[in-house]
Amino acid sequence: MQLDLDRRGFLQASVLAGGVLAFDIGPASSATGDAAAINAFIRIAPDNSVVIGSKNPEIGQGIRTMLPMLIADELDVGWGQVQVEQTGVDAKLYGAQFAGGSEATPLNWLAMRRVGATARYMLVGAAAETWGVDRAALTTTAGVVSHAASGRSMTYAALAAAAARQPVPDDKAIVLKTPAQFKIIGLPQPGVDTRKIVAGKPLFGIDTVLPGMLYAAIEMCPAFGGTIRTADLAKAKALKGVRAVVTLNTGVNPKGADDAVAIVADSWWTANKAREALVIDWADTPQKAHSTAGYATAAAALLARPAAADVVRKGDVTAAFAGAAKIVEARYSYPFLAHATLEPQNCTALWQDGKIEIWAPSQAPEGGRKLVATAIGIAPEAITIHLTRIGGGFGRRLMSDYMVQVAQIARAVPGVPVKLINTRSDDLRHDYYRPAGWHGLKAGIDANGRLLALSDHFVTFGANGEAIRAAELGEREFPVQLLKDVHLGQSFLDTNMPTGWLRAPTSNAMAFVFQGFLDEIAVAGQRDLPALMRELLGEARQLDDGENGRLGFHTGRARGVVDKVCAMAGWGKPVAKTATGRAGRGFGFYFSHRGYFAEVVDVVVAADGAVTVAKIWVAGDIGSQVINPLNARHQAEGAIIDGIGQALAGQAIELVDGAVTQANFDTYPLPRIETTPAIVLEFVVTDFPPTGLGEPALPPVIPALVNAIHAATGKRIRSLPILAEQLVA
Amino acid sequence: MATLLMVNGVARKVDADPDKPLLWALREDLDLVGTKFGCGAGLCGACTVHADGNAIRSCQTSIADAATMKITTIEHVATTPAGKRISDAWVAIDVPQCGYCQAGQIMSASALLQQNPHPGDSDIDAAMSGNICRCATYIRIRAAIKLAAESKAVESRAVPHAA
Repeated sequence: MQLDLDRRGFLQASVLAGGVLAFDIGPASSATGDAAAINAFIRIAPDNSVVIGSKNPEIGQGIRTMLPMLIADELDVGWGQVQVEQTGVDAKLYGAQFAGGSEATPLNWLAMRRVGATARYMLVGAAAETWGVDRAALTTTAGVVSHAASGRSMTYAALAAAAARQPVPDDKAIVLKTPAQFKIIGLPQPGVDTRKIVAGKPLFGIDTVLPGMLYAAIEMCPAFGGTIRTADLAKAKALKGVRAVVTLNTGVNPKGADDAVAIVADSWWTANKAREALVIDWADTPQKAHSTAGYATAAAALLARPAAADVVRKGDVTAAFAGAAKIVEARYSYPFLAHATLEPQNCTALWQDGKIEIWAPSQAPEGGRKLVATAIGIAPEAITIHLTRIGGGFGRRLMSDYMVQVAQIARAVPGVPVKLINTRSDDLRHDYYRPAGWHGLKAGIDANGRLLALSDHFVTFGANGEAIRAAELGEREFPVQLLKDVHLGQSFLDTNMPTGWLRAPTSNAMAFVFQGFLDEIAVAGQRDLPALMRELLGEARQLDDGENGRLGFHTGRARGVVDKVCAMAGWGKPVAKTATGRAGRGFGFYFSHRGYFAEVVDVVVAADGAVTVAKIWVAGDIGSQVINPLNARHQAEGAIIDGIGQALAGQAIELVDGAVTQANFDTYPLPRIETTPAIVLEFVVTDFPPTGLGEPALPPVIPALVNAIHAATGKRIRSLPILAEQLVA
Repeated sequence: MATLLMVNGVARKVDADPDKPLLWALREDLDLVGTKFGCGAGLCGACTVHADGNAIRSCQTSIADAATMKITTIEHVATTPAGKRISDAWVAIDVPQCGYCQAGQIMSASALLQQNPHPGDSDIDAAMSGNICRCATYIRIRAAIKLAAESKAVESRAVPHAA
């Protein structure tokens, strides 16, 4: 892949005030001198310490550690010499700056290494010129260039002036390290912010403190899309400590008007309490017709009819079903989910002289900039964004509604910084939800249990004949590409709920549905799911290269993780009986976000139906190089426990009268320490480019869990979340 | 109305409604933003501080009630022996992911270790159950508490620090 940065300019070297050597990327006309300091990818101080800029939002995925690792290794400095800082937000300088889709690794694996390697090339060139020797005679290590023949060496810092005079090298001249030459990549590197986190330092968006700052709380219509009919703000305005009461309308949610009232006060606690004094009459009658119970009833009615539209139709499923030895049918469903980031949505802004400065915990700050520019009618260049560390993303902060809200509030108090904070209830009730879905599945198998044909009628949410955001079913859903006769159809329900991407979007639901149903097919054919998977996968081959490789599926890589996890778990051996309940083992596989994961779950189900996850085995293939093995383990473990929580903790967002009823962690539970199982993880290294890890370990754990419950109890879970009463002995 | 709080060994005056939760007094009035807001209802543990050495939820404690107690926050916990061992173990194991809950986790773990120098798995689960980690760092939280309890010299190697 050609690096995104190439098209935007060259890595250029300059000497800043104080003799600091800076390498930054930008068009030739970009700012130099001191202004470049905060934009540089690399700064080398006279003491040979190195500051490396990290351009992407850090949401807990470890990117602030990983991107600088790539630069530092190719620059050939010691990791202990390096300090990391967050760069500014500027697409012209940095290219894509977002945290989503597990895309940072594929987009930056070569790009960031080239930044480091180019800087090293210029430093080596500076030494060669200084000593009058050939660059091929020079070596580097830990920020020092050496000439073995003469015994001379110079630090990078000492070469600053000469390096800044070096011509920008042709991209072809840059030779990247071979994996055997890596000194930082591939070794476990703790998070660069860990010490600060442990010391309680201010890092997160919600920690932003500015001189004279005020605080804002916000009252949004409980029913999505409701508008303000009348609002009496006088009582709230009169309260002690309240400075302003502002009505606003972000227009962010296309389904509704997003009317809201914000209270600005000298304390957030005061602002939030003052909400009780607001008297708002919401115009929300049409929205109140929406409920999740109503959706379920409507979905059942739609499933009784043919699908409204095709997703995939190939071969002749009707004929194939007619010729099958056995038909398997089942209906699967799953609920709306919230993101529930532990740091509630918040944002800080200062409006001054027609410009706005925003301190944003956003996964997609450039997207937020566009929204703000549109909503308040200013040029994108009049918006300065500071990226803060983010207390959990999971996709919620790809939507930057809070940036627009705080911008509108800040404009009402010019010259005064204001920090908007959502309560937990605001956060859970005004999310962009993982959409619910319903599936009517049918499969035909032959006398040997071979899968002949598959159909699914997917009832999802849509408008104008298309599924809405994160409610889609892909035409490459496994195992569609491996079958001759397939029909995937869909029908649409209307909703007033904003929907959005939740960690491993669509995959977190589809893995449960399709791998759960494939387990039913395997059982119907008197075999197990790994055996069925091997038969479906067949010979090792690349099926296609959808979306620049993002969707391209390689059967051999899938087979590799299936075989690996079965070997790790001792698949096929009887599961140890327990005195306390019914024990069982299940398998699940999924390919998403370019990563291949196969997982085995052991469960014990008590007589009262309580499920304990005892142990999980995980095999993943994310290509040729696990960049930071320590963080890789963190991401995989976190994703797996997250998935178990979605299935087993009781998570479901319910809508009544057009509004979400869940308000806090008592009604929207998250996994806790006592339910955390042991997790055994191994990576299968293959000769493919490295890919991301924030998401792909999550999807297969849910089907592995429900398939284990079936093995333990004979009861098939086809609806999430799992309820103990379904599993009483 | 002013309330006198004893926070991290220093007497601090807070000019606010006595009903104001300690969490918001710490964050807004005393510039100690290490203690985090997560749920406002005592359900997530992100706001955990020590009051006379016990782990409490600062979002559920008014400054009027806190005025009678010695309060310790994440910014100061490493000055206590248990807090130091826990903090060092947290760094050595590299517990955090997003890091938002970790102040509360460390405060709960430090109180546990102070009261039970050799906690078993069930002791750890019981003491830490009130602290949610949305990134699910629970496996490392267990490991770090055990490492701290072992009282080994907890050393971490040189790693880069964020500027």
